[in-house]
Amino acid sequence: MKIRAQFAMVFNLDKCIGCHTCSVTCKNVWSNRKGIEYAWFNNVESKPGIGYPKQWENQEKWKGGWEKINGKLELKAGGRVKKLVQIFANPNMPQIDDYYEPFTYDYARLQNAPLSEAAPTARPVSQITGEKMDKITWGPNWEDDLAGEFAARAQDPNFSRMEKEIYKQFQNTFHLYLPRICNHCINPACVASCPSGAMYKREEDGIVLADQDRCRGWRMCISGCPYKKVFFNWESSKAEKCIGCYPRVESGLPTVCSESCVGRIRYNGIILYDADRLLDAAGTDDPQDLYQAHLDLFVDPNDPAIIAQALADGVPQAWIDAAQKSPIYKMAVEWKIAFPLHPEFRTLPMIWYVPPLSPVQSQIDQKNLPTEADGVIPKAEAMRLPVQYLANLFTAGRTAYVTSALNRLIAMRSYMRSVHVDGRPDTRALAAAGIDEHTAKQMYRYLAIANYEDRFVIPTSHEEIRLDDYYGFQGQNGFTFGNDSSPGVSPNSLFPERRRETVESREPAPLAPRD
Amino acid sequence: MNLLKLVFGVYPYIVLTVFFVGSWIRYDHEQYTWKTDSSMLLSRRHMVLASNLFHVGIISIFLGHFAGLVLPHALWIALGVSDMAHQWLAIAAGSVFGTLCLVGATILWLRRVFNPRVRAASRYMDNAILSLILVTLLLGLSTLPVSIGHAGHGDASVMLALAAWVNSVVTLNPQPELLADVEPVFRLHMFLGMTVFLLFPFSRLVHVWTAPFTYLGRAYQIVRSKRRARASA
Repeated sequence: MKIRAQFAMVFNLDKCIGCHTCSVTCKNVWSNRKGIEYAWFNNVESKPGIGYPKQWENQEKWKGGWEKINGKLELKAGGRVKKLVQIFANPNMPQIDDYYEPFTYDYARLQNAPLSEAAPTARPVSQITGEKMDKITWGPNWEDDLAGEFAARAQDPNFSRMEKEIYKQFQNTFHLYLPRICNHCINPACVASCPSGAMYKREEDGIVLADQDRCRGWRMCISGCPYKKVFFNWESSKAEKCIGCYPRVESGLPTVCSESCVGRIRYNGIILYDADRLLDAAGTDDPQDLYQAHLDLFVDPNDPAIIAQALADGVPQAWIDAAQKSPIYKMAVEWKIAFPLHPEFRTLPMIWYVPPLSPVQSQIDQKNLPTEADGVIPKAEAMRLPVQYLANLFTAGRTAYVTSALNRLIAMRSYMRSVHVDGRPDTRALAAAGIDEHTAKQMYRYLAIANYEDRFVIPTSHEEIRLDDYYGFQGQNGFTFGNDSSPGVSPNSLFPERRRETVESREPAPLAPRD
Repeated sequence: MNLLKLVFGVYPYIVLTVFFVGSWIRYDHEQYTWKTDSSMLLSRRHMVLASNLFHVGIISIFLGHFAGLVLPHALWIALGVSDMAHQWLAIAAGSVFGTLCLVGATILWLRRVFNPRVRAASRYMDNAILSLILVTLLLGLSTLPVSIGHAGHGDASVMLALAAWVNSVVTLNPQPELLADVEPVFRLHMFLGMTVFLLFPFSRLVHVWTAPFTYLGRAYQIVRSKRRARASA
């Protein structure tokens, strides 16, 4: 057993209002450089829809993630030899139009146009070529709030196992927001795909980063990531991705997307897992069992044996304390109301999602939904959001888990309603959903109230203790333009190097798992 | 004669020095600029075909030149390859891989010059080095009829002179006079070829140095630890 700590998140989709504040704060902080105008480390999709980039979930097209071939876990796009054979031109590489051609507007025209009858217009200008564009044909959120016709939206692979034509009818339409960032996977396909070894996972917090100095632009990570969350900077020719806001997280602050979320849907915390078993979990035979295997990878931070092992493996006590108070552990493991996005990609993603319930509650209150005997929990098939669709997103299609989570969310609401409105606790729904009153109250506190200190339980990385001379590292941290934050120095340096080794080591950790 | 001495007696050493020392300095100090500079994201059109043709072609041509001219002549004799067989082999391999490379390089050049997105993302050196390679390649291919002419008469002297010159440079005993009677097209091709290596450290070509063969023997997952960094400090 080898215990590692992972910085993880849960997004409560029930409360996401699709305001894109997360996307905009992230964009302004991390990706406003030339070359990645088109890249959104955080984006919010309207589902059903083909998403950003187009059809990212369709791995028959992009060959991202892993698959089991003859009982062996292998990159879907092929192993090491195939990667090197294809290195001159990655056949699975998206083109910028799969995202969208980045644009701005000719705003100056509005000020300097000569006097005319018609109001002057600011035409779109390509941010790549600088040329005027005739028409903008796609954007980062082109399908916002179900924009466009059903036929286009219906290309969404999550309609598999469903009679999707039914949802074409207006009265059956459904819709949810899906905020997406890098999943900081436990078995990241981007890291495995990188020929030059520039992508890596940090041992301390599990954040996945792209070494800007080590990256050579072989672009295998771009297609290797099944979530399409590694981006190619066309100006610098380097891979760039969500950095989990590590300079903030190291200081005990939530990521900017989480901090700025007006719906308070984002939870940041630590979860402990057994790194020795990760390949077994990722290699589970039946894709529908992957969610359970992933869940089984997590260990109980209150178990004395686990604590002893974690300390022995170098997890600081402060991190174990944080893991015990982790909102992630509560939602994913204790209450089982959060799920990984597309576990069938076998990367063991660490951004989990509470499935959305709304607007079911009002329908129940108005007695419009057929319910189970308790009169509160609607029959699974009565939900507006098809459970099968959610299951295709979160559990590789197995509906039982999602139904159970939705029932727990409904039962919690029903119970709290009985407490606050009727003044008399009614636990019938709780019993049907398999949770007790204490759990329901906890869920209410975390999901409905969602106080800052409950949402964000982030231990600092104690850089001040770890570094011999932390002033020597001042001004070097954060996202840089290279030659700076990572050593990027060859062992046989031509010139004497003042700063021979900075804290981001280039050497693999001693216990990096062999496959 | 002085020009011949300058270009084939002195220039090769300038080129070799800049090539090796320049690459080393850049690797040492400008890791962030060390990259393939792929433009595939901007336009995939014809890229799979053109890039593969170009790379397979140019790598084969490099290895062919190395084997035929840099490796000692005695080695080929010892292997039982006669001078005429050697020359016909060079002609055949040169035509095949030269043509592959030419098709690839031409598509890449057209794309770089005429595709608005790729043009916008191109730096001066990207255009310069690709154009230089293309011209050098065309000159190299135009030596083929001359070589075939020589070979047709059973005359391997030009090839032997070229190999002898390369050996003279490598053994630090440059003999530019060996090239005095070689056709100008060879000399022009050689001059531009050396210039490619002169510009190499300043261009995207440096990515060849870091061809990721280590990937073949590496574990898929890479985990880096800060604790380790401190322990080794």
